[in-house]
Amino acid sequence: MARFRKEGGKKTPKINTASLPDIIFMLLFFFMVTTVMRETTLFVRTSLPSATEIQQLERRSLVSFIYIGPPLQSQVFGTEPRIQLYDAFASVDDIASFIESERQATAEAERPLMTTSLKVDRGTRMGIVTDVKQELRMVNALRVNYSTTRGEVAGIR
Amino acid sequence: MARMTPEINAGSMADIAFLLLIFFLVTTTMDVDTGINRMLPPPIDPNAPEPPPVRERNVFVVLVDAQDRLMVEGEPGNINALRERAKEFLLNPDDNPNMPVKETTEIEHIGQFDVSRGIISLQNDRGTSYEMYIAVQNELAAAVREIRDEVSRQYFGRRFNELTDEELVTAVRRAVPMAISEAEPRDIGRR
Repeated sequence: MARFRKEGGKKTPKINTASLPDIIFMLLFFFMVTTVMRETTLFVRTSLPSATEIQQLERRSLVSFIYIGPPLQSQVFGTEPRIQLYDAFASVDDIASFIESERQATAEAERPLMTTSLKVDRGTRMGIVTDVKQELRMVNALRVNYSTTRGEVAGIR
Repeated sequence: MARMTPEINAGSMADIAFLLLIFFLVTTTMDVDTGINRMLPPPIDPNAPEPPPVRERNVFVVLVDAQDRLMVEGEPGNINALRERAKEFLLNPDDNPNMPVKETTEIEHIGQFDVSRGIISLQNDRGTSYEMYIAVQNELAAAVREIRDEVSRQYFGRRFNELTDEELVTAVRRAVPMAISEAEPRDIGRR
């Protein structure tokens, strides 16, 4: 009655993995095309507000980023919003030289197209943002982009 | 027969590809940068002559205080009603004498068009939260965009951002200018 299996009888057939590299390469190319390189390490929290009337930033090479928000390491740097330029904290006075160095790195014909993207945490008070804006006006960097995410606006029903 | 080239062992190809994949996953970010584009006013030249005063009926004053409360044209306002009020002000459908003057201008592709001379003046306090500021900016931009959409639909049968011809875009821009100005900052309620 009972049927005994032959010892070491059926072996599961080997799965053919020859196409595995192709699949992974496909994934790789997908990610290479859809993502952009991370340029800076953030030291401040920038949880962006949302808005509906937004435009996409084009030509990333012509965009300089200014990050404003409370420091991530609040035990060390406190909770007061700070400005971050490149990879370090900065003060309002550093903005003029920051814009100048960004200008130097851009071809002269493209300088009028340069945009400053303000990535500001939603909880920040406007005081520090106003100071930055005034500083940008002083150095004639007038194109700004208030970075926001797409979504419903706070407080609107 | 020629000698057969021995087959290359491609077993580790997947590992190499995985390694690259993980490298890109770690070093890149997915987010697309979006935001509200604005032009800051150029710096004020102290020697420049005083600009001609803007007539009061042409200015729509929006104030945001340190407690994120709105003051629209001298009375407390509501963010939900701001878009409609701004639109009504810019369009001035009933030719109200307290609302902006309209100037009939000849615009290419549109023809005679009553261009509103209205300006929205936005002033915020140093204590205003950034989120509220963006909300107000967004509503004002939405008001202008909706008017542009209406004009564009009326003359060209398409929404403003669906226009592909650069000349038509310029025509609508001229008909409905983005007249949002930011006042010189003031420090009212310290916080």
